[in-house]
Amino acid sequence: MTKGILGRKIGMTSIFDENGFLIPVTVVQAVPNIVLQKKTVETDGYEAVQLGLEDLRAKLANKPKTGHAAKAQTAPKRFTKEIRGSKMMNYEVGQEVKVDIFAVGDIVDVTGTSKGKGFTGAIKRNNQQRGPMAHGSGYHRGAGSMGSVDAARVFKGKQLASHMGDETVTIQNLQVSKVDTDKNVILIRGNVPGAKKSLVMITNAVKAVK
Amino acid sequence: MSQQLLYEITKEYLKNDIPQFRPGDNVKVYTRIKEGERERIQIFEGLVISRRGGGISEMFTVRKVSYGVGVERTFPIHSPFIEKIDVVRRGKVRRAKLFYIRHLSAKAARIKELR
Repeated sequence: MTKGILGRKIGMTSIFDENGFLIPVTVVQAVPNIVLQKKTVETDGYEAVQLGLEDLRAKLANKPKTGHAAKAQTAPKRFTKEIRGSKMMNYEVGQEVKVDIFAVGDIVDVTGTSKGKGFTGAIKRNNQQRGPMAHGSGYHRGAGSMGSVDAARVFKGKQLASHMGDETVTIQNLQVSKVDTDKNVILIRGNVPGAKKSLVMITNAVKAVK
Repeated sequence: MSQQLLYEITKEYLKNDIPQFRPGDNVKVYTRIKEGERERIQIFEGLVISRRGGGISEMFTVRKVSYGVGVERTFPIHSPFIEKIDVVRRGKVRRAKLFYIRHLSAKAARIKELR
């Protein structure tokens, strides 16, 4: 993870690629990010740049946030994230990071927060099978056996019903289909985690095959 | 607002010279075919049996009977593979999807012309 940008997922659509095929794309809008802070090996023990996305109204920002942003001579930001690595160390504090750091054809990883599904049963959550609904079965959507009786407890990792979704998800090796610097938009082929309007982080792929 | 942005992104791919046609019409679709380096135009003529979707993802299906075998092709309406679309005949139908035509023989599958 060496270079990246923060943005908001707008939604999905399709475009025609250079061969004339209709390809599905996710639209991510990334208004210019501001470099809020640079972390160096001497002061912090590692290299990273801290990016901020979208201004906060003065009423919503607390004093620490305001003071932190003032060092970069900007307004306080709604989202801040660090991009670790040395590739972006040539950016100065207060400088803008725009969508043109990615070009068409780049392979990227996209991190977002997946859609929350609430408290979910074992079938939906763990892809388990359901029992027969009829013929007096009496076993419909249960989680199955709890395992050995002798242990007198349920082993860790037993797949049960619980909360699903609303977790950080990264999808690796997605392709940038188009970059529009006027509209501050990146089009990524395929889908991206999260709901519309949610925050996503686009970074260059860690496992990209060159 | 976001829908507006999605429209603006796809706007440059949309054609604005598409003739008006609807299910029941007979059309000629001039399709670009690539054979190695060469490119030629092939005409696919038949009955429009459906038109679905909107914006860049709008699709239409053309059905013809070729040597006794029904052939259907679905095109994205804004596809760059389509050179142009000619409307040959306007048909009078009372449905938006003409899938029932598949079960009919040639004589029963006739559609009255719109006057």
